[in-house]
Amino acid sequence: SPDLSGFLPNGTPVDTSSPASSSSLLNRLQLDDDLDGETRDLFVTVDDPKKHVCTMETYITYRVTTKTTRAEFDLPEYSVRRRYQDFDWLRNKLEESQPTHLIPPLPEKFVVKGVVDRFSEEFVETRRKALDKFLKRITDHPVLSFNDHFNVFLTAKDLNAYKKQGMALLSKMGESVKYVTGGYKLRSRPLEFAAIGEYLDTFSLKLGTIDRIAQRIIKEQLEYLVELREYGPVYSTWGALEVELSEPLEGLSACIGNCCTALEELSEDMTEDFLPVLREYILYSESMKNVLKKRDQVQAEYEAKLEAVALKKEDRPKVPTDVEKCQDRVECFNADLKADMERWQNNKRQDFRQLLMGMADKNIQYYEKCLTAWESIIPLLQDKPETK
Amino acid sequence: RAHDNCLAKKMEITVSEAEKRTGRNAMNIQETYTAYLIETRWVMRAHSQSMWMLDSLWRRYSEFELLRNYLSVTYPHIVVPPLPEKRADFVWHKLSADNMDPDFVERRRIGLENFLLRVASHPVLCQDKIFYSFLTQLFFPFFQADSRLKALNATFRVKNPDKRFTELKHYSDELQSVISHLLRVRARVADRLYGVYKVHGNYGRVFSEWSAIEKEMGDGLQSAGHHMDVYAASIDDILEEEEHYADQLKEYLFYAEALRAVCRKHELMQYDLEMAAQDLTSKKQQCEELATGTVRTFSLKGMTSKLFGQETPEQREAKIKVLEEQIQEGEEQLKSKNLEGRDFVKSAWADIERFKEQKNHDLKEALISYAVMQISMCKKGIQVWTNAKECFSKM
Repeated sequence: SPDLSGFLPNGTPVDTSSPASSSSLLNRLQLDDDLDGETRDLFVTVDDPKKHVCTMETYITYRVTTKTTRAEFDLPEYSVRRRYQDFDWLRNKLEESQPTHLIPPLPEKFVVKGVVDRFSEEFVETRRKALDKFLKRITDHPVLSFNDHFNVFLTAKDLNAYKKQGMALLSKMGESVKYVTGGYKLRSRPLEFAAIGEYLDTFSLKLGTIDRIAQRIIKEQLEYLVELREYGPVYSTWGALEVELSEPLEGLSACIGNCCTALEELSEDMTEDFLPVLREYILYSESMKNVLKKRDQVQAEYEAKLEAVALKKEDRPKVPTDVEKCQDRVECFNADLKADMERWQNNKRQDFRQLLMGMADKNIQYYEKCLTAWESIIPLLQDKPETK
Repeated sequence: RAHDNCLAKKMEITVSEAEKRTGRNAMNIQETYTAYLIETRWVMRAHSQSMWMLDSLWRRYSEFELLRNYLSVTYPHIVVPPLPEKRADFVWHKLSADNMDPDFVERRRIGLENFLLRVASHPVLCQDKIFYSFLTQLFFPFFQADSRLKALNATFRVKNPDKRFTELKHYSDELQSVISHLLRVRARVADRLYGVYKVHGNYGRVFSEWSAIEKEMGDGLQSAGHHMDVYAASIDDILEEEEHYADQLKEYLFYAEALRAVCRKHELMQYDLEMAAQDLTSKKQQCEELATGTVRTFSLKGMTSKLFGQETPEQREAKIKVLEEQIQEGEEQLKSKNLEGRDFVKSAWADIERFKEQKNHDLKEALISYAVMQISMCKKGIQVWTNAKECFSKM
């Protein structure tokens, strides 16, 4: 196949100094097949949370392990420790350097002290899973996974030193492509992006409703649990009063106790596994809507500049380069966004399939535990005194 | 369980219908009440022919109360089967506390039928003529037993209480307390469980709305949502069935009261006996004093006679004679009371043993059916969530 580097699909030459276009070129040339399990060449895991107590503060770090065969990495394996701040830094850098792409969300930054225990096992584990998901999503992305900041995040022993350097490097490499949100007014949004915008609005609304329903269910379950915990022991008290019925009543009391334990486990699972993923997708939708806005701005700028040129009515054989650059940006942005949206839709479908199947599974397990408990006391209840 | 010779074996008794009625009561005030249809069916054999005899009549709850009061007073040594509750108690929010509510009326109908069957299968009670006429004849002697029943609530102290009856009374108190507690908490549990199931119905609506904006995921979401609706709706039948279990517990809550009543009646008899014995002893002493002239016990009469002059020998003779008559009467009475007491204890304990067996059997059955209900609920839960899981897997 011909070497297409240096030209956009419509035939116009690529401005290689624009990192946005080169990355999107890479995007179009690389096949999605590269990300199949068989040909995957980058694996990242987040685990092993540890608490650090210093004079100024207490915080948690997580171990980030990388295994790779990519040439961009000096070694095949890396193991570094990172804290939430570092993930946050990475995300900001990615947003800055890859503005045309959808950056996965991070779990919420701030937690109200006193309401949530930031160092409880459950909270740390929930966060760890979300951070692991965050890095895996970047790893799976054909463009983001090659980002230099990502590379440094995975490999650098001293990330803070790099962070400080970063400001200087930025100006050197001209990396920060900050699209001016110059308040240009958009003429018409392409149908597909309008549709995406509408979809995201409804989608995040529905997720919000599901989040509220799930929370309400957990609340009702916990209130049910409170009553059950009083209910079971009354059978025990009764059993102490009786002679022949004492074993059956005691058995019933124990059975209800088992159901209580099963219910507690169900509520915990829903709180720790279900709700956080739901919230993650709500955050994802929010950040995607921001990217859409940026795209609108880029298009608006292009349209404004184009109009300005048309008004001047200059008889030039060539379109001025800055208008060309704008057109370029618009088309790259659109292409990147389209590709990312498709990938996002597919991942979303898989994620929710897994999430909802998981929810159904947990409920099935709860009922199975209760069923076992109740079935096991039937022989005890039917037991005749003569057979004892 | 019913005695071979008892009425229940010979006659089919049902309380088949309930009907709202309006009428004027004793104070000529218009009131609404529910009447229940008692239907009886038995085989009459005459001249080598058998025929099915059918009878039916309407009675209201207050008439059942009169019957039970009558049985309670006439057979004080029997643990008389209780009536279903007068007013709806231990209700959880969805149940109505209204006596005219159709669900309450229905459960009461079942309870009244159960009461009649219990009486009809009791070896002693089933033979009662008044009970028979309650079932078959419109005329029913309106029996006022208030005074005798009121005595049960009086406080008095027995000097030599029967240990077995004291223990039994204590047991019935404890049983009432624990079953009340159980029923209260169960009602709260039912309330909360209702809430959990119903909220899931909201998933049905939101999954449906969400499926409208999805392409590939749409069908799976929509059908899963339907299963969530099924899940939410299933709780109504589940809790209605559980009410039967609550009713079974309630019956024994009231049976505990009946058991207590037997103990109290025995206490009353014992007290009566002690009072009679005491009276006899004091009369004998009076007699002795009059005869011998010695005053061992202080009496107002003695004092006044000392102050205002002694009585004549004739007066004294007359008094002694009266006392001797009374003493003879008293001794006969005491003898018969003692006999009565022993008979009471013997037949009461026989019925108490019968009751204990019945209680253990019935409660075991109730617990088993409760466990079976829970198993059914768990299986339904597994089914619904398995169906939902399959729908999600098709997303």
